[in-house]
Amino acid sequence: MSAATSLIVPFVMLIAGLGALRRREDVFSALAEGGADGVRVLAKILPPLVALLTAVYMLRASGAMDALTRLAAPVLKLLGIPAETAPLILIRPLSGSGALAVGSELIAEHGADSLIGRTAAVMLGSTETTFYTIAVYFGASGIRKTRYAIPAALLADLAGFAGAAFFTRLLFG
Amino acid sequence: MRVIALAWIWTAIVLFSTAYSLFAGTSAEVGRAALEGGTAAVKLITDIAGPIVLWCGVMEVMRRGGAAEAIARLLRPLLTRLFPSAKRNNAALESLSANVSANMLGLGNAATPLGIRAAEELSRDAVDGGATDGMCLLVVLNTASVQLIPTTVAAVRAGAGASQPFDILPAVWLTSLFSVTVGVTAAKLFARRRR
Repeated sequence: MSAATSLIVPFVMLIAGLGALRRREDVFSALAEGGADGVRVLAKILPPLVALLTAVYMLRASGAMDALTRLAAPVLKLLGIPAETAPLILIRPLSGSGALAVGSELIAEHGADSLIGRTAAVMLGSTETTFYTIAVYFGASGIRKTRYAIPAALLADLAGFAGAAFFTRLLFG
Repeated sequence: MRVIALAWIWTAIVLFSTAYSLFAGTSAEVGRAALEGGTAAVKLITDIAGPIVLWCGVMEVMRRGGAAEAIARLLRPLLTRLFPSAKRNNAALESLSANVSANMLGLGNAATPLGIRAAEELSRDAVDGGATDGMCLLVVLNTASVQLIPTTVAAVRAGAGASQPFDILPAVWLTSLFSVTVGVTAAKLFARRRR
């Protein structure tokens, strides 16, 4: 399993290259054009990331983040979720760059290979910016009554957070 | 919606941190943190920039090689079962499977327009502005993030010195599978109850 996950990037690169060559596509120009898209994404998230990471740093330095963590601990404990991830859980459904700011801070503070760092990474990788997505889809299709879409989506999020804590502990604990 | 929520959250965090620092005696730390956060953000971006640019390129190669269509084809039988209304509507099924497969490959920019087209098709028989069951399920599938290779997170982990940035993959897959199952089940149960 370990060799398979270590080699996943080279492996996907190889499959992508061979698949595109078989169709006689220009692999290299596709790499450059797709990469240019990546540069645009990075440029777009830098300013919000600066604003949000500044707020996260202030919250942590003031001591309020620790107070919040202590406050959320009993509730999260019931679901088996480490209390340190409370700020990430709060911001994840609202803002993608906010979640990246909080999550990367958790990973840096506790260590990428720590249980908390890994839990935060799995949470980031397996959940979405729920409210933003809902706003985009309902806004674009002109539907005003969301019916049960929001509760169902939030239940999936909750399962994602609890599942991230559970599976990380199972595989790395 | 997002813009307004974030405006309040950001201002509230700044207000709360400042007020809390006066009470906790941490004002010097907060003042310093206000300048350090921006530096950390720029460092984070430079840490993840290389892998992200590479991956966006590789995914474009994947797309031109027909990977998105191949995944979409594989998904079709499952999606017709989940979306009974798409059985009679080929355009809906087409954009629906393309949307989910783009999400799985992490092609967010391509996934959204496809999803919106699917949303329009699935809302055809909407009654006075209320979401159809198909529309609700589509939103749940899109909010539950079923991404096969979460590159951004792996890049963040690599930047923070992880020994194997991708060793979280099995945990991510199991978690995604679990959360999407819970979301779909919840949507199906809500649909039955509120009819």
